[in-house]
Amino acid sequence: MSENIPTWGLLAQYEDPHSIYQACEQVRDAGYQQWDACAPFPVHGLDRAMGVKPSRLPWIVLVVGLVGSALGLWLQAWTSGSAYPFITGGKPLFSLPAFVPVWYEMTVLASCLAAFFGNWILNGLPRLHHPAFASRAFERATDDKFFIMIEAADPKFDLAQTEALLKSTGATHVEVLEP
Amino acid sequence: MSHHEIQKPTDITIPDTSLFAKLPVIGGVLAVVGLGATLGSAMGADKARAMFSYLWAFESVLALVLGAFGFLVIDITVRSQWSIVVRRIAETMQATLPFFFVLWLPIALIGMHELYPWTHETDAILERKRWFLSTGFWWGRAIVYFVLWTVISRFLYTSSVKLDGLGDNQAEKDKIIKRTWAVAAPGILIYALTQSFAAVDWMMSLQPHWYSTIYGVYYFSSSILVFFAVTTLVSMALQRAGVLKTAITPEHFHDLGKFTFGFVIFWAYIAFSQFILIWYANIPEETEFYMLRMEGGWQWVSYALPVLHFALPFLYLVSRQVKRARWPLALGCVWLVLMHLLDMYWLILPAYGAHGGGEHHAHLAVSWLDFAALLGMVGAFLAVFGFLLKKNKVIAINDPRLADSLAHENY
Repeated sequence: MSENIPTWGLLAQYEDPHSIYQACEQVRDAGYQQWDACAPFPVHGLDRAMGVKPSRLPWIVLVVGLVGSALGLWLQAWTSGSAYPFITGGKPLFSLPAFVPVWYEMTVLASCLAAFFGNWILNGLPRLHHPAFASRAFERATDDKFFIMIEAADPKFDLAQTEALLKSTGATHVEVLEP
Repeated sequence: MSHHEIQKPTDITIPDTSLFAKLPVIGGVLAVVGLGATLGSAMGADKARAMFSYLWAFESVLALVLGAFGFLVIDITVRSQWSIVVRRIAETMQATLPFFFVLWLPIALIGMHELYPWTHETDAILERKRWFLSTGFWWGRAIVYFVLWTVISRFLYTSSVKLDGLGDNQAEKDKIIKRTWAVAAPGILIYALTQSFAAVDWMMSLQPHWYSTIYGVYYFSSSILVFFAVTTLVSMALQRAGVLKTAITPEHFHDLGKFTFGFVIFWAYIAFSQFILIWYANIPEETEFYMLRMEGGWQWVSYALPVLHFALPFLYLVSRQVKRARWPLALGCVWLVLMHLLDMYWLILPAYGAHGGGEHHAHLAVSWLDFAALLGMVGAFLAVFGFLLKKNKVIAINDPRLADSLAHENY
């Protein structure tokens, strides 16, 4: 591997879920932070083997959901009770039971949108290109091979040492990814 | 990723020294004392009040057992795998169903006149309902429910227990399991109809002029919720008693917690669906139900239920951490069992004293008979439940899908 081409990171290929699981544990224990694993199907417990921290998504959903909830209730209270007071069915202007269905739906809608787009943002989507797409080997990530990629931006990254680590974890193929 | 490391559990029978082994005695004593005191009072001046306490206790505990029954027929039909480690607990709960016929008899034989105004009152509306709300038909329906419940619950229980002794006899096991599939699927239909009609017959007809087409679903939502809460608590208690210590993992508790959480929302959805249609239409024959519960102290229960039975447990159980942690989840489940009792109390007790014609006013007044009846009814259930749990293994050790259930993980 030449030293003068710019490096985005290293891509390592594994043959089965068991070996990528153990490789992830070793990469995690080596102290790497900016890296990822790809598998053609969900591998149980892989997030634990990678040492992935719990997602922040639930908190985003909770906050946005509560805001949507408050907005839904306020909108109805303000329109029917103050902006355009209109007696319907002999009920009081502020009739909480009548507001509940829309209140509830607004909570669900805001939570769903927060979960959907929060998921995008936390995953860095939309993203049209990724350095790994340049690799021919990586095409089989959606078929029958398993991959780990470690980014050069990681403070622990050292081309020779990281490559040696990946090879020692049982990688059958290691290649350099360009930006 | 650790399938090969998982061993079949060996701590699968109740130790003689544990509290579970003493349940038949403890429960039996509670039943004799509690139900004895309640039914004893029903022989005296407090007859009506005692029978209302009895009906409340009966319906509250029956909800748990019917919830187990409903869960089981659905669980078998969908070929669920995660639940195998806790399924025997549900099977044992629903196996107590035949015994509830005995517990039901005092309602029909002693308290029917005091509980149900339609047995002796009449007016134009009740006359139109007479074909359905007549003593003979009411008895006949109850017999049909209990026969169906007995036949199906015994079949599902004995089939599962039979698997325990079959070892590796795969052909015979498959035959038994396929037979339970064939029974469980129509069992869902039978369960839905019988538990709904039972709720209408024994609870909704306390106010015979009033009707709600969602009443059966309301009872279902309470019943399946209390089932998941109690199953979680029983699983934890079993582990403390030294049983299934490794078989039931945080993954299973997480799933039980998710179901509990989900049915908290379902209960609120159904309860509100019933309320808003009646509130919006504002027709006297429908509003009677809520009018009765908005006076004499009952209004505080009516206001408390949406907050304490829905909002609080919703915000509490929404957290993944709570559902996966033992004590926090146990706290939520204990709370929901208490709320279930309050919910049933709110459904049944306001009808107390609705006799003699004229305008009826409800007054919230807790009686010692409530506690006596509840302790007695829970004791009676625990006695039979504990006896069956001790008699057989507490896990379906030979179920072909046990390994999948032991290795179950949430993503």
